[in-house]
Parts: sequence; structure tokens; C-alpha cells
Amino acid sequence: MSIIDDEVATTLPSKPTGSPILSRVLRFRELAIVVAIALVFGATYLKNSQIASAANVQQLLSGPAIIILLAVGETLVIITRNVDLSVGSVLGLSAYLDGVLFEHNPHLAVPLALLAGLGVGLVCGMVNGVIVAYARVPSLVVTLGMLYIVRGVDAIVVNGHQIDPSSIPQSFVNFGSNNVLGIPILFIVAVVAVAIVGYAMRSFRAARDLYAIGSNPDAAVLAGIPVQRRIFSAFAISGALAGLGGALYLAQLATVSSVAGTGYELNVVAAVVVGGVAIFGGSGTVLGAALGALLLNTINGALDTANIAQFWHQAIAGAMLLAAIAFDRFVVLRTDRVLRVEGAQRDNG
Amino acid sequence: MAKDTEDGVGTEPRGVSPEEQPLLRVDHVAKSFGPVKALIDGSVDLYRGESHALLGENGAGKSTLVKILAGVYQPDAGHVLLDGVPINLASPAAARDAGISIIYQEPTLFPDLSVAENIFMGRQPLRTGRRIDRGEMNSHSKDVFTRLGVPLNPSRLARGLSVADQQIVEIAKAISFNAQIIVMDEPTAALTEVEVSRLFDVMKNLREQGTAVMFISHRLGEVFEACQRVTVMRDGRFVNTSRIEDTDIDTIIRSMVGRDVSSMYAENTTVPGENVLEVEHLTREGVFTDVTFNVRAGEIVALAGLVGAGRTEVARGIFGIDKVDAGTVKVGGKKLAHGSPLAAMAAGIGFVPEDRRQQGLVMDMAIDRNMALASVGSLSHFGLIRKASERSLASEWAARLQLKFGRLSNNASTLSGGNQQKVVLGKWLARKPRLLIIDEPTRGIDIGTKAEVHRLLSELVAQGVAVLMISSELPEVLGMADRILVLHEGRLAAEFSRGEADEANIMRAATGQLKKSAA
Repeated sequence: MSIIDDEVATTLPSKPTGSPILSRVLRFRELAIVVAIALVFGATYLKNSQIASAANVQQLLSGPAIIILLAVGETLVIITRNVDLSVGSVLGLSAYLDGVLFEHNPHLAVPLALLAGLGVGLVCGMVNGVIVAYARVPSLVVTLGMLYIVRGVDAIVVNGHQIDPSSIPQSFVNFGSNNVLGIPILFIVAVVAVAIVGYAMRSFRAARDLYAIGSNPDAAVLAGIPVQRRIFSAFAISGALAGLGGALYLAQLATVSSVAGTGYELNVVAAVVVGGVAIFGGSGTVLGAALGALLLNTINGALDTANIAQFWHQAIAGAMLLAAIAFDRFVVLRTDRVLRVEGAQRDNG
Repeated sequence: MAKDTEDGVGTEPRGVSPEEQPLLRVDHVAKSFGPVKALIDGSVDLYRGESHALLGENGAGKSTLVKILAGVYQPDAGHVLLDGVPINLASPAAARDAGISIIYQEPTLFPDLSVAENIFMGRQPLRTGRRIDRGEMNSHSKDVFTRLGVPLNPSRLARGLSVADQQIVEIAKAISFNAQIIVMDEPTAALTEVEVSRLFDVMKNLREQGTAVMFISHRLGEVFEACQRVTVMRDGRFVNTSRIEDTDIDTIIRSMVGRDVSSMYAENTTVPGENVLEVEHLTREGVFTDVTFNVRAGEIVALAGLVGAGRTEVARGIFGIDKVDAGTVKVGGKKLAHGSPLAAMAAGIGFVPEDRRQQGLVMDMAIDRNMALASVGSLSHFGLIRKASERSLASEWAARLQLKFGRLSNNASTLSGGNQQKVVLGKWLARKPRLLIIDEPTRGIDIGTKAEVHRLLSELVAQGVAVLMISSELPEVLGMADRILVLHEGRLAAEFSRGEADEANIMRAATGQLKKSAA
């Protein structure tokens, strides 16, 4: 046996046959985003040092906290080669129902309010999950439908009514606006979610199954992965986090109308993709998605500081999105091409 | 010599006593898909510690047999026995639990995950709290690679691995769950010589540890190098099993072919005219290389070769669907722009693809609109398509092709396979092509319609159309073609005229034997 080993070791060059560039790019994607955030922040600071004030930094952290939370759930879904467009609507519904809950129970404890919001989202996510995973309807269609249905339900339930800030207990409002050690509580919640889910995505079999499903669905079936159950879970978690986001939304603003969370889904998907999660599934991290959300928010803050009109913000977010996708595609195409030519050269040589 | 043609059980591999039970016995297994009998009588015995070759032409039923062992198909009749006990391979998971592992020609890995994770997907080693133990997983993988004698880095991504290395990962996966039976479906088709010899070392290694390997390959030389016994299949049936030292390549090829070319084909009596298609040094890196040939008016030229030899790819290159890296295509003496199907159509080429459900037809569109699809340019006025002209074109061709249909406004999906093929043909014939490229013209079509398609092709060449036909069915190739070009691993291996060609020499060229004996 050892004879064979030696033989093979000498006859076969041990040079890697693939492209290490790709894995390197993927590994350092998070780092690249951190650098981008620092650059944007630095450039803005040069123009207006006000941006580095404690209040402003706190604003930069608490602002995207809800989007980060939603992006965490969205990441799980996109990794399975699906998409959840209903998160904005689900957030709106959950925020409103949480507010109604407070109107009826003014002394509700903060954790219970958070749980209630999470529960509303969980139900919506499970509906999405059943239809996508078991009825095998494309997620784009299902969650687009869900977006409108939930928004409609929201409008009916709200029926012109608005949650009055006075009916929200002070403890809950504090939760949404206070800082611990100078860090906004909302941001801490988002960081905890990123840490827990991020760790789970690395460490548990079920989470690795999500990557396998997105990376090669047919092979996932052959490997005996319970594909339907996993996809269902991804949507359920995405819904639950959107519901929790709704509770945070209520805590932050203390008022909710029927249009709360409108358009959030696009910000969330943009953040996830800018953060390096492949839109075709299979790769990407929760941390990357969170950093993507932070980057887009920091850019918006910078544009505000520079007095650039609001409509440019969206154009720039869109441009970032296209750039991120184009970059991913470019890397893949290049790798494929290099490999094909390399293979041919090896055959001929 | 002592060849065993009765039941295929008699001969035993080296070091195995004749009384010993085979580890795996496939016993008279059959499988049909609708009217198509893919496997009629599949039988083979595998003993511990042997490499057993399974041979046969395209369509002999090997792949179906493999998919039954993989738990993908359930047999209609017959049994699979493990250590003499019948087992039910109801799913891929059941096959895996039975210790059977299949390594496909195209490995099924997760490109975005690490090599180690690919090996242990769903079975990752755990530490406290049911968390994945990456260190353990990587060192396990490393151990397996050491056992295989292959230096692969377990923590790198699977994306970008060469096909050879992907197969090694699949083998490592099989070993990691202690597979007793490893089936390799044409593992060497995409490998270089160095990689093949490495694979053979691995196979030898596995054999010495008691694993049974079933080896499917079209390269007969390799079979003699790596296997102890060989089973030949033909037309879905078991033919014979022999020890490798009791047989030779010619005997095996005769067993694989062994049938008369049916006389149901009328000979094409048209005298070929001018060159319609001239292909010169056409190359797509890694796919096909330096392909040069011509097709004249009123002549059928067949591209023969094994699955994966690059036949379809050459056709796609000519029609401009895939970019080529070098070489020229001329139609009627004029050079064709690269990579433009529109230019190819304008030059008078029609292309009937292999997969008519995916590429030939729009299944959810009406028959008449499908039929008119390639002619919309001539049917439209100021950019608007006139429904009436679509309809009249379609009914004209439906009549000429004797199409059997309900209404022309029904979807194409309502037609039978043979009639769908007629619609695709009609679509191109309506453009009055100078050259028709037709890929697997009669795949999955019943015998009656097959003959009609053949008659149509004969009529076309009689009218002076040039036809380039790709077919895996040798009787069709021999019956229809005026000239036969054989591709082997992306290169032209041989050209035969109608008089010179027979199944044996085509197979020899297609399996690379001709090249070797000539050298």
C-alpha cells in the first residue's frame, strides 16, 4: 500500500487542480465589505466630522438593525436557492398586531411582546414553507403572493386605525431606543441573532444541508437529505425573524400604520446579495449579509451628509447590487473558462 | 475457450472458490419505460475482491441496470440478491445502506462545499452539543485519501476540481461508509492517461481490501488492464460472462455487436452533387479537436461514436449554438460567422436537436405555431405574424408528413413522440434547407414512425438536400448513411463509405481500438 502511495505521490504533481482564487475571494468577501464601510465612513468624516459623534454612530448602528435581522433569515432562504419576498409585509403585520396586543394588555412584559411578534412571523413563514417545499411552487411566486396577501390583511385589520404611541408602555419604548454601554439595544439584538445563526450555519448538520440543497439540488436528494423539511424550516425561520423585526419596529417607532415595512424586502435582498450570498444558492454567510446591510445603510448616511437627494440613494443601492452580482458571475465564468482550457492543455500535453 | 454462455455464473475470479456465493447477484432483471424495453434480461454476478467489466453498445441496457442498483429505478421483474438474500433497493438511501455505491461519469458533488463535507454530507462526525467536528471530518477525509494514495486537500472547495479528482472524492465517499460494492459508470471517459492509471491503482487497492468493483467502460483496452471478468450485454439482454484471460477484444466486440443489420433501409441512389457543408479544423477546447469533413448535396453523412465522443457538440458548433475556438464552417463555399444560429439559418441550415422536448419544441404552444416557428420571418408582414399563413403552412406540412394530430391548435405536448419529431422536422423543412443536421432522428420513437422518418430523410436527399445525421443506433447509421464519420474522444477516428462499414469496425474506431492498431 505504501508502495502505491509513494508511486502516486511522485507521478502526480500535488499542485491543486482547481482555482484557489475563487475560494480566496469568497473567504475575504466579508473583509472587503468591512473595508468598504470604513472607506465610506472615512470619506464622510473628512467632509463632515459630525458623523463621528456618538449620537450619529448610534444612529448608524440602530438604523439597519431591523434590516440586519431580516437579512439573517433571508440568507437561509437564499442559500437554498429560494427567495422570500414577503418579509416586509410580515414585519408590518407583526408590528401592528403587537401594537394591538399592547392596547389590550398595557402591562405586557417586553420578552412576551417580542415572542408574540416572532410567533406572527413564524405562522406566515410556515405557510410560505409549506407551499414552496411541499407543493413545489416557485418561491418567487409564492412569497410575492404572500407579500400582497399579508399587506392586504394588514390593511383590513388596521382599517385606518393607527397604533397610538401612548398605548405603548415606556419599558418597550426604552427597549427600542436605549443604549447599553453606548450601543443601541436593537443593534445588540441584531448582533446576537447574527452570532447565533452564524454559528449554527457552520456547526449543525441541518444547516449544512441548506448549503448542499442550494449548491446541487439533485445531489442533495441522492445524498439522502430531507430537502423539503429543510426548505420549510428555512422559510419558517425567515418568517419568525421578520416577525421579531416587526416587534422591534414597534419598539423603535412606537407607532404603526398599514404601510409599515413596505419595500423592506428589496433592501433585505440587496443587503444579502451585496454581502456575498450567491443568489443561485449554495454559498454565503449570515455575517456577510449583515455587513451588506450595514454597508448600504452607511452609504445612505453618507449621502445624507453630503446632501444628496433621496432618490439617488436607491439608485446607488441598485448599482451596488448589480455590481455585486456581476462580480460573482464574472468570477464563476472566469474560473470555468480557465478550467476548461487547462483541462484541454492537460489532455494534449 | 471455456467461455460461459449458459448462465454467466460458472467462472470465478482469482482466489475465490467456485462454491462461494457471489456478493451481489443481479438475477434476470427487467425494466420497461412505457413501450420501450430498456432492460429485458439483466444478469451479472459480482464476487468480493474482483473488478468486473460490464460492456455493451449504447442502448444495451447497462445504464438502466446501474440505475436499478442505485435504487433510482425499481425493476419490473427479477431480483437483486446480496449474499444470496433478495434485497429491495427502493431508494438511493436504501442502496447506500445495502453497501452499494455508484460513481457516475459526471460526479454529483456540492461545488460550494469543502471536499471533506462532500464526503461526509449528512453524516458529519459530531462533538458535544451535536456540533460538527470539522477537525475530525478533515482528518478522516485525509485518512481516506491516504488509503487511496491521492493527495487531495480535504478543506478546499469542490468547485474547480478536475473530473478525475471529483471521482476520487466520490470513491472516498463510498469508502467512508464502507461500501462493499462500487459501481463505476464510465469513470475513465473524461480522464487523461495519468489519471486513468491512478484510478486503476485505486481500484486495485479497493479490490485487495475485498471490495467488489463493477467497471463500465467503452475503452476495451482498459478493461483488459483492470478487470478479471467481463460481462457483455446486448439489446437489453445478458449475453455472456468470461474470464478476461479466456477472451480477447475481437471476441468481445463480436458479442457486443452480434446481430444482422436489418434490410429495412432503402439505399440512397442519388449521386452526390456539390459540397454544401465544409468543416475545417473545427476545435472547441476540451470538447472536440481539429474536426474536418464535408457533406455534399444529396448525401447522408452520419456522425457515429459513443455517448460523450463530442458528436452533438460538433453539430452545435456548426450551427453556432456553442462558440468554437478555432476552425471554419463553410456553407455553399461561403464562410459562416461563428457563434450565430441566425447566420446558420440564413445560410440554409436546419437543426433538429436530440432533445425535442427541451430544445426542439415549445411544448406548451400550439402545433401550428411550433411548425411555423422557424419561418416567422417569411410569414410576417411589417413584423406581424399572420395567423392564416401560419395555419396554411402547418396544414400543408402536416399533410406531407402524415402527422397524426387532434387539432392544429392543440399544444405540441399532446402529440406522441414520433409525431412531435415530425413537427420539428416540418418546422425546418418549411424553410427549404440546403443542409439538415439531425441529432438522434428516431430516439424514443416507435418502429412504425421510425420507418416514416427514414423515408422522409431519403426523400429529402433525393431532392438534393444534404443531411448530417447523428445517431447512436448502428443499424440506423449503417442503413441510412452514404458515408460514416466516427468520432472518438473529440477527434475524427475513421471515415467509412457505405460499402466498407460494418458494426465491428465502427465500434472498433469508436472505442479507440482502430487508432491503436494503426499506430
